Amino acid sequence: MSPIETAETAPEPASKIELPAHVGGGGEIPTFNITLRVRRYNPEISEDFSWEDYELTMYGTDRVLDALHKIKWEHDGSLSFRRSCAHGVCGSDAMRINGRNRLACKTLLKDLDTKKPITVEAIKGLPVEKDLIVDMEPFFQSYREIMPFLINKGHEPTRERLQSAEERARFDDTTKCILCAACTSSCPVFWTDGQYFGPAAIVNAHRFIFDSRDDAGDMRLEILNDKEGVWRCRTTFNCTEACPRGIQVTQAISEVKQAILSRRV
Amino acid sequence: MATPIIDAPRSGKIDVKYNRSKGGKGSFEMVAWLFMRLSGVVLVVLIFGHLFVNLMVGDGVHAIDFGFVAGKWASPFWQIWDLLMLWLAMLHGTNGVRTIINDYAERNGTRMALKTVLYVATVVIIVLGTLVIFTFDPCPAGAVTDLPSFCTAR
Repeated sequence: MSPIETAETAPEPASKIELPAHVGGGGEIPTFNITLRVRRYNPEISEDFSWEDYELTMYGTDRVLDALHKIKWEHDGSLSFRRSCAHGVCGSDAMRINGRNRLACKTLLKDLDTKKPITVEAIKGLPVEKDLIVDMEPFFQSYREIMPFLINKGHEPTRERLQSAEERARFDDTTKCILCAACTSSCPVFWTDGQYFGPAAIVNAHRFIFDSRDDAGDMRLEILNDKEGVWRCRTTFNCTEACPRGIQVTQAISEVKQAILSRRV
Repeated sequence: MATPIIDAPRSGKIDVKYNRSKGGKGSFEMVAWLFMRLSGVVLVVLIFGHLFVNLMVGDGVHAIDFGFVAGKWASPFWQIWDLLMLWLAMLHGTNGVRTIINDYAERNGTRMALKTVLYVATVVIIVLGTLVIFTFDPCPAGAVTDLPSFCTAR
């Protein structure tokens, strides 16, 4: 099944701005002007959201996060957003850029259409606290429910728990999750009422269900056999498209579905 | 203007709508998911078989009239075929609309109302259709006019 073509999933055109070959070799980095259109929200001032445009001159090597930094540090200090490592590992700065969920620190401005304003807004489906910051608590509540930790019933070994390369490879893809919530907040089923466990919780359950060292796979399958569990997945592939780590999220969800079926039927 | 009170971060207070409602256990959703796949496969065979026999075989679409339908339902084979098609298509479609309601209605009250309408419509159509298939009589006793030509005159 191919993803439904929405702003969420339509492929972003290739880089709009050609950087000369010498860039990165110490030569001068070209600059260009962009308009960053940020969806602002401050409940202390108004209950309404508003779009604010910022005209910026940015370098060819800059990312959306650099543009946000420039706004916060040089134009408007009241702009609020989360970021921690700024290198695509901590998962703090997932946001909706030009209608698609991605990490601001992994999205190069030159890869976006700089002729039009670049829209930046908070991820959807979670309560916005201020500007680009959402309350992640509902997201982590689902994450905690699937027990994202090793449960082993046997005696504690005196040495490490051994595992073959094949056994490790079985769940390798789902170990890459950085809990940025780009997948869960791109899921239309999650947008409806926030009841669905969401792709991220299922991916992290998958990571333990298919781990040969873990003994609580059955418990996790039982948790995800809920009416708000894996069966609410409509395989729209929004999560797979959104994942900044390239995890095959929809496939992982389908594998969990199959595991529940083969255990029960 | 009074400044609204905003909870401190990580105060543990989350919008109640995110608290998962209890009582969702059991395997109903799993069975429904499985039924959609299996009935879908069976329906592809049933519906294309139905279309082929009605529209392609013999005189094709021109052969369809009251007598054609009466002739088909005189055979238990087509009775069972149409019954299966009716039940599977209705349940498959109803479950599909049920999922759409669950996905798009945001309030539990709206969901309940829409699903009640859906289930009533489903039951009425299934019962009516099943009755028609099994009680259909092209030559009812006592009727004198408008009988098809194949009915032996009484």
